[in-house]
Amino acid sequence: MSGVPVLEVENVGRVYKRGGFFGGHSFKAVDDVSFTLPETPQVFSIVGESGSGKTTLARMVLRLVEPTTGTIRLMGKPLNGKESIDNLAFRRLVQPIFQNPFEAFSAYLPIEAYLTRTALNLKVARNESQARESADVALRSVGLSYERIRGKYIRQFSGGELQRISVARALIPNPKLIVADEPVSMVDASLRMSIVNLFRQIVTEKGVSFIYITHDLSTAYYLSDHVAIMNTGRVVEQGAPGDILANPGEAYTRELMAAIPTIGARWAELDEIDRRYAHERTRDGKSAGKHQQNHF
Amino acid sequence: MITVDTVTVGYGTTAFVKAVDAVTLTINDNEILGIAGESGSGKSTLMRAIYGDFSTGLRIAGGTVTGRFEDERTGVVTEAQSRDFGKLWWDQISYIPQGSMSVLNPLMRVEKQVVDGLPKREREGDRAALRARIAKFLEGFGLHESVLDAYPHQLSGGMRQRVLVAIAAFVNPRLILADEPTTALDVVVQKKILLMMVEIQRRLRNSLVLVSHDLGVHYQITDRLAVMHRGKIVEMGPTAEIFANPKHEYTQTLIASLPRIDGERREARA
Repeated sequence: MSGVPVLEVENVGRVYKRGGFFGGHSFKAVDDVSFTLPETPQVFSIVGESGSGKTTLARMVLRLVEPTTGTIRLMGKPLNGKESIDNLAFRRLVQPIFQNPFEAFSAYLPIEAYLTRTALNLKVARNESQARESADVALRSVGLSYERIRGKYIRQFSGGELQRISVARALIPNPKLIVADEPVSMVDASLRMSIVNLFRQIVTEKGVSFIYITHDLSTAYYLSDHVAIMNTGRVVEQGAPGDILANPGEAYTRELMAAIPTIGARWAELDEIDRRYAHERTRDGKSAGKHQQNHF
Repeated sequence: MITVDTVTVGYGTTAFVKAVDAVTLTINDNEILGIAGESGSGKSTLMRAIYGDFSTGLRIAGGTVTGRFEDERTGVVTEAQSRDFGKLWWDQISYIPQGSMSVLNPLMRVEKQVVDGLPKREREGDRAALRARIAKFLEGFGLHESVLDAYPHQLSGGMRQRVLVAIAAFVNPRLILADEPTTALDVVVQKKILLMMVEIQRRLRNSLVLVSHDLGVHYQITDRLAVMHRGKIVEMGPTAEIFANPKHEYTQTLIASLPRIDGERREARA
């Protein structure tokens, strides 16, 4: 145990210029964001809507986008600048999982190639047979095996299975951190929880931390140790999910919570609409007047 | 309104792939009917068969889809089979697809696309008056007239979808079919659009069919619900009853699989 945090994000910002070579205006996609993932493996969720900056933040952690201001340190080493961590070491420590598994994999390559190539590229394996071996180990930890996926192409898998394979691929270098950007939004509802539970299992069994980027407050609540709510580039609120949702300090968090289509609690606005049209229609779904016919 | 009688739908001619298997279903006047199910359950195929869109190689191998549309302004009753529904599109039947970008022409301003799609009866009078009427209608849903002058890419995804929903309602159709209309959107925008769809249905007292894999959405806005699994309807009834007492095992699984912000959590800390 080194005592070094897995990830430190300090006053990070990202500005994009819009229009004009000299003129135009700048736009802060991410604005002065700070948080820390401690050494203890955990799930850190970043919740926000389109345009909140959550994906830009994830891309900065993945070193796909360079911050305009601030510092990101991985295991104590800066991601950018002169003293920055080298690429191979970086990619062994941090791995991504993307939103759409049908786009993440090519339709023309057998799926196992993604795992064996990752093993070879990251120098986890020195030859094909070692690569197959490490692919199999990774696949077994997500409930699959090399034998089961060998020779198949993406269209032969469901979205849920492909996301499991994405997780297996990410696990190949035994990373410290996995950054998952909306990993279950393309997956069927009944399979979502099995993927989310898989993340939890990997945190426990493999000691990997997750940054879970989502617009879905309910899976974030279920899964995470820590939740940060983002709006217009800033983290407006962060803390333990139970605390934040029991006692949301920000109006924006309350708005997000109120917009979830929860089973068991009907939106108040619907009753308002029904009241407005009550003279034409009763709540039990039966219509009144001349429109009642045609129930054939 | 619409009677779907033991209809079997699939794709292909030489090798027929069955997607909807002998489904029977009635769409009543003045109701929001939900169709729930996961990818591959056949819900979108059923929807296309009801819409009468056979352009994708869709084929009805058995059974019938019959419609009876009564125009309340003229009192004219139209009866038809789904293969003839094409004549009623954007007239008696409107369709709201999932991806607003894939149905809007990127090279054309919104106004032209809207006007081109309108049935003859709506296009009477001069263009300026028609535009004013459309603008007034959009305003009723909090959409500014300027969206008519925009190209689709200049609007956000949520805005485009709201425009599509408003346009689908503008022709005062008796049947609106919506296939996953909010799936790609954030919850706050989704709520706005769902409330808008409910308001439209209550105002027009027509029939709205909503296909969604999200049971929370069905719980919120549908009056009746059909749950599809592997091409068949496994359970159908008033939405409140299904959620209070789901009878089929598959429905129970679907309901139980949803996380809730007031529900249990996985133990924090590894």
